[in-house]
Amino acid sequence: MTTYANPGSDGAVVNYQDRYGHYIGGEWVDPAGGQWFENPSPVDGQPFTEVARGTADDVERALDAAHAAAPAWGRTSPAERAVILNKIADRMEENLEVLAVAESWDNGKPVRETLAADIPLAIDHFRYFAGAIRGQEGSIATIDDDTMAYHFHEPLGVVAQIIPWNFPILMAVWKLAPALAAGNAVVLKPAEQTPASINVLLDLVGDLLPPGVLNVVQGFGTEAGKPLASSNRVAKVAFTGETTTGRLIMQYASQNLIPVTLELGGKSPNLFFADVASADDDFYDKALEGFTMFALNQGEVCTCPSRALIDASIYDKFLGDALARTKAVVQGNPLDLDTMIGAQASNDQLEKILSYIDIGEKEGARVLTGGRRADLGGSLSGGYYVEPTVFEGDNSMRIFQEEIFGPVVAVTRFDGYDDAISIANDTLYGLGAGVWTRDVNTQYRAGRAIQAGRVWCNSYHLYPAHAAFGGYKQSGIGRENHKMMLDHYQQTKNLLVSYAPQKLGFF
Amino acid sequence: MAAAPTPADQVVERVAFTEEAADLVRRLTAIHGPVMFHQSGGCCDGSSPMCYPDGDFILGASDVRLGLVPIEGLDQPVGFWMSESQFGYWQHTHLTIDVVDGRGGGFSLETPEGKRFLTRSRLFTDDEHPRRAPIVRGDEV
Repeated sequence: MTTYANPGSDGAVVNYQDRYGHYIGGEWVDPAGGQWFENPSPVDGQPFTEVARGTADDVERALDAAHAAAPAWGRTSPAERAVILNKIADRMEENLEVLAVAESWDNGKPVRETLAADIPLAIDHFRYFAGAIRGQEGSIATIDDDTMAYHFHEPLGVVAQIIPWNFPILMAVWKLAPALAAGNAVVLKPAEQTPASINVLLDLVGDLLPPGVLNVVQGFGTEAGKPLASSNRVAKVAFTGETTTGRLIMQYASQNLIPVTLELGGKSPNLFFADVASADDDFYDKALEGFTMFALNQGEVCTCPSRALIDASIYDKFLGDALARTKAVVQGNPLDLDTMIGAQASNDQLEKILSYIDIGEKEGARVLTGGRRADLGGSLSGGYYVEPTVFEGDNSMRIFQEEIFGPVVAVTRFDGYDDAISIANDTLYGLGAGVWTRDVNTQYRAGRAIQAGRVWCNSYHLYPAHAAFGGYKQSGIGRENHKMMLDHYQQTKNLLVSYAPQKLGFF
Repeated sequence: MAAAPTPADQVVERVAFTEEAADLVRRLTAIHGPVMFHQSGGCCDGSSPMCYPDGDFILGASDVRLGLVPIEGLDQPVGFWMSESQFGYWQHTHLTIDVVDGRGGGFSLETPEGKRFLTRSRLFTDDEHPRRAPIVRGDEV
């Protein structure tokens, strides 16, 4: 089999239900307002299920369930929680194809990515935090012979998580795994562009968690996301998205005096130093793949290497080879295992990408390949496809400065190391970056000089658990993917204990 | 779709709304009261304009107002804002706020309508540059 059947058709490995409510207190719950919204697949633009249109009443109901569950869940032993997280991982693994196809249908991404990356990474994430919480220790500090400071980790209680649409399941798991491991109850709101696949996950694993520990409220940002983010009943808000909403969430958090973690995207530079092209070998081939990574997930990645900076001395050769590699990217039905690039997640995303291609051309950037909407014919004509696009221009142009969130890379040249770093850092953001060189010293110096939280060296788009991920500058606050994330979901309790038999002597 | 260059001797506005966008703003104003816009950056729904009830989003010295755009039928003009740092990279472009069919976008008000505001752009002409409307900082209003 090279193509999975569409969900809902004969031979499908997964079928969506006609309608999904909220998941609250371990049960499916209809929306308080009685309203639902249609969810189309980006693959063909056709609605395939309805989802609850949540409001503040639904958020309150979910918070009630979470607050009821949080105290007991917070008292479970790390071993008990780890067992549950591992069981979730096991069940996901047993249903890899189901989740992968469900995710591709909801989001539009190629199934070869969901099979090999999204879902396996999500599975491993649960296992990582199952291990991390088992291994976590408090500390004891000796203040003096008679005085000890004990530090305990305690859960925050009930936390809010607002999830983006580019990796609906993986991004949910990035936030859920540490929060649950640390002993918190969660109210999670998926993106309204991709509300469906998490319901398949909940159907598979929901019974493994005590009711109320994980609650999912669906709906639009303005109707469900805002009451959740501004609630005075949550102890923390975690958000992945963009800067204006990030500021709003901080604004609400400031009114409630609670912490936030924010991941707000970037405009990640991918640097190719001259020695990359010193041999036509496996490394050179790997670097060309590194360039082409801008098309992974249709470019809908916060760390999309959307600025390629190439040393002037190899510019023509490298770019020529990179263009050939880009033109070899196979665009097609996301459920076909040969497809490398699928559909953008929504119509408005498609329109936004096209508007950026437009301003890129108006600013004088040259389209070297792509630059148009792709019509794949048949039922896929209704889907949201964009050709992988390579622009050549200058770093001051808007296509070099704004996250297009599409399969669009803006290429420019640099003259030597200092120029490379200067261009790389000429951006408002600092989430990801790539450094490609055979020289370990250049790699180290460039990696340290680039103002970004994640610098891939001779690699790109790897997201293993146990490697911290998060932004500098306007790309956000906090880190994910690492055991340090537990700190973002825990209080520190300090017991300061005096064993001295004598009084201090002040009174 | 983006507006044509402004005739000589007139102040060149930085922001315009298409008729369809203006119509949607009127509908949203009828539901939510006066609204404002803040251009977002970053991932996911970023690089798009966000529409909020006027006053919901706290503006400050790090924001600039590109224009107060009169919309026929509304009592007060609609402010269009962005962060000053982002404006540094945008100031040479004229923005036209349009509407497309869409599904979601942060906490922006239009998304339940199945619509999404979209920023279209063109370059200011050399002739227009010196006549661009002044900007106002968020702590100056």
